[in-house]
Amino acid sequence: MSTSETTTEDHEHPSDQKYMQIALLLAVITAAEVATYFVHIGAALIPTLMVMMVVKFFIVAAWFMHLRFDSKMFTRFFVTGIVLAVSVYFIFLTIFEFWTKG
Amino acid sequence: MTDTMSEETSTEEQRPLGVYTRPKGGNGWRDWVTTVDHKKIGILYGAAALFFFIIGGIEALLIRLQLATPNGTVLGADMYNQVFTMHGITMIFLAAMPLAAAFANYLIPLQIGARDVAFPRLNAMSFWVFLAGGIFINLSWLLGGAPDGGWFGYAPNSGVVFSPSVGMDFYAIGLQITGIASLVSAINLTVTILNMRAPGMTLFKMPVLTWMLFVVQLLLVFAMPVIAVALFLLMFSRQFGANFFNTEMGADPLLWQHLFWIFGHPEVYILILPSFGIISEVIPTFSRKPIFGYDFMVFSGIAIGFMGWGVWAHHMFASGIGPLSVAAFSLSTMFIAVPTGVKILNWIATMWGGRIKFSAPMLFSVGVISMFTIGGLSGVTHALSPADTQQTDTYYVVAHFHYVIFGGIIFGLFAGLYFWWPKVFGHMLDEKMGKINFWVMLVGFNMTFGPMHVLGLQGMSRRIDTYSPGFGFEAWNMVATIGSFIIALSVLIFLINVVVSVKRAKGQPPCPPDPWDARSLEWMTPNPTPEHNFDEIPTVESLDEFWHRKWGTDEEGQIVRVATAEEVCQDGTATGVHLPSPSYWPLIFAIGLPFLGLGLIFNLWLTLPGAILIVTSLYAWIFEPVDDPDGPHGEHHADEKEVSEEASDV
Amino acid sequence: MSEETTTGLSHNKLAMWVFLGSECLLFGALISTYLLYRNKFYDGPAPGDIFDIPFTSVSSFVLLMSSLTMVLALSALQKGDIRNNRLWLLTTALLGAVFIGGQVYEFTTFIREGLGYTTSPFSSAFFTLTGFHGVHVSLGIVMIMSLLISSYRGKLTKKNTETVEIIGLYWHFVDVVWIIIFTVIYLVPNPTS
Repeated sequence: MSTSETTTEDHEHPSDQKYMQIALLLAVITAAEVATYFVHIGAALIPTLMVMMVVKFFIVAAWFMHLRFDSKMFTRFFVTGIVLAVSVYFIFLTIFEFWTKG
Repeated sequence: MTDTMSEETSTEEQRPLGVYTRPKGGNGWRDWVTTVDHKKIGILYGAAALFFFIIGGIEALLIRLQLATPNGTVLGADMYNQVFTMHGITMIFLAAMPLAAAFANYLIPLQIGARDVAFPRLNAMSFWVFLAGGIFINLSWLLGGAPDGGWFGYAPNSGVVFSPSVGMDFYAIGLQITGIASLVSAINLTVTILNMRAPGMTLFKMPVLTWMLFVVQLLLVFAMPVIAVALFLLMFSRQFGANFFNTEMGADPLLWQHLFWIFGHPEVYILILPSFGIISEVIPTFSRKPIFGYDFMVFSGIAIGFMGWGVWAHHMFASGIGPLSVAAFSLSTMFIAVPTGVKILNWIATMWGGRIKFSAPMLFSVGVISMFTIGGLSGVTHALSPADTQQTDTYYVVAHFHYVIFGGIIFGLFAGLYFWWPKVFGHMLDEKMGKINFWVMLVGFNMTFGPMHVLGLQGMSRRIDTYSPGFGFEAWNMVATIGSFIIALSVLIFLINVVVSVKRAKGQPPCPPDPWDARSLEWMTPNPTPEHNFDEIPTVESLDEFWHRKWGTDEEGQIVRVATAEEVCQDGTATGVHLPSPSYWPLIFAIGLPFLGLGLIFNLWLTLPGAILIVTSLYAWIFEPVDDPDGPHGEHHADEKEVSEEASDV
Repeated sequence: MSEETTTGLSHNKLAMWVFLGSECLLFGALISTYLLYRNKFYDGPAPGDIFDIPFTSVSSFVLLMSSLTMVLALSALQKGDIRNNRLWLLTTALLGAVFIGGQVYEFTTFIREGLGYTTSPFSSAFFTLTGFHGVHVSLGIVMIMSLLISSYRGKLTKKNTETVEIIGLYWHFVDVVWIIIFTVIYLVPNPTS
């Protein structure tokens, strides 16, 4: 009945304790993000912020949104949206010379 | 979202609110306004689209009358702006897109062997919301003037300073409403195609039409939010004085052009791919050969869908986006001609060596190949940015996109109308009139848009309401105007054909199954399709499943008939098939939206009834079971799964 | 129903993910529009003059934690623990409401300090972006409250975990959008006038 792309749902969700640990990690990263506002780290600032943002995004999507445990089909749709959005709007801002004249 | 909750409640409660009677099936008008049947919704889409097609056609005739002679006086400059703007809006958003949606709704479930779409009530909602949006935009004619900033609505020309009437407000809000319809329908059909295929129907056994429509739904899913943002920015600028396009404060009006064309170029493929899909069904059938290079056909469609996201700025070569951007987009635009060329090659290769029968659907399909190729070639001349700089804003561009949109899309949709008419209505359209329809349309089309190439290269600007004598524009403009009336005649022939054929079919038994010796699953059901589609969901073993059940090969490799169509087709007599129940709420939800729009434009109090209708219908919808246990579909209504669940609860 | 579909995935959940993919393009356009105009503050206050980073950090943290409570609500329902499910749903809605309250406070402060909706391209873009996000959070609160109501009517049981999960997906998505907005709009050094 099912075809090749079948992936049945994994019912082994993480425990509540695991969720708390993840939330704690997110809180620590957020604290680090906010700390950059008070502590000056120079040229590394924007790359550091971006890395922390992406890590947070990834953690929420993988764990809280269960993408780690769920069908790849869901990830595909979400990633398609993100990749399209990032690439199209990156080009869009490039044409406006945003990165050079910002 | 809403269906989520309702399905949960469905088994537990039969009439949670108990204050309304659920609509029952039947054949009166009430059955049509409450229907959730994908076939009825498809027919509604088709009827509404043809209605708007005629309105948009009348607008086109007015434009051509105005331009027939120099210093035309048929329309004033202001009225001309409204008419050409509404012609574009109507043809693209209210005719071509919904006509493609008609085919998508009717045919996708049948081609993949399903009984309906994934969310039947959302499907009904999509149609009613689209219709509400279409009526809303056209209300502007009566309520202070139609949109006058072009269908592309370039800022700052679309702002209150340059367009003080309420027209562009109707544009911004009306297209937002039709956009909701497109997005919801796209999500619905995406889930349908992924989740509701018949046993054995892998993605690469789906007919090319379903594949192309699948790509279209994905494009809609990702492109509609972009135009939604653009329209919100425009609406907030006009309604609340936002400064998105206010150059005095340093805003950049090119923002609109970028957002519009980031949506707008995928939109071109949203329009053309259904037509490509239709002729990919028609050409193999009438060439009596399988489609040449099925995989290439599918992958080139996917490639077009992807690459369509990387070419938008070719609409903006003359807007000062800088030489690097122009060069990059020039290149990507030339690349996108490759997968399109692959398709054209494959259609021709499909016909090559086939025993071709030039019935009306086939004629229209060949029309697509030839006319679209002309439009594609003039498109390549736009891709070369130095040439494009000369062509921008001239009638050459108008000629180009009409060869693509009319020659590519309208011809393809007519091919589909002639091909699937017996499937939908149970009788054939008159073949002779169909052929006349094609030839008249082909002549009229080329007379109208062919001369525009010349006019454009001579320097005639598009969007102007008139021109002075002495530029050499007179003769070709007159030819184009005569051509436009010949197109109108061809559409009239189609309508007469419909009336004559319906009359002729009265009292006759429905036409036998499989009138064309067709190839895909939808023809396994009798004509017209019964309400439950398939008596029994077929198990699919190959591409062109239906054809392979009729034809096989003997020992010498010769193709021989192994079964007649009557033997293969189901007889449509199954009873007690479990179907979703009709509902009032999609319609009531849709009625609420125009009130919100009118409220924003005229008087905020009007939003109140709109909001009440929307909120009420949504909550009533959520608590209404998908399937009414007292529904009209026979005594065997409750399927076994439900019964067993109830049993286990006890 | 999920075992009947071709992919084995439920219609509803798949539809929600397709919708979230679509939403990426919506928020992408709004964020890009904002970035384009963050320097265009005309005569009005600049972003660097007016943003209150400590305040926004707190409300961002509140929204982040509401993702935790949402996932705990789902987890409770999966175990059939109706009471904790209600508790966590209510907490999530409250945290969302605190976030919205913070946004209302932020907006009124900005307006008092001279940054109205029509002050500059920057102000229009800022209020539109954060406003759209706020509307998304508010719709999420309405959905969670609807879940709570059906729970108290006895209709939210272990059988309905998928409904909670799907609304949770929407809620987490709104949260990740704010993760981006918080960094890109607030924390990246902003121009001052």
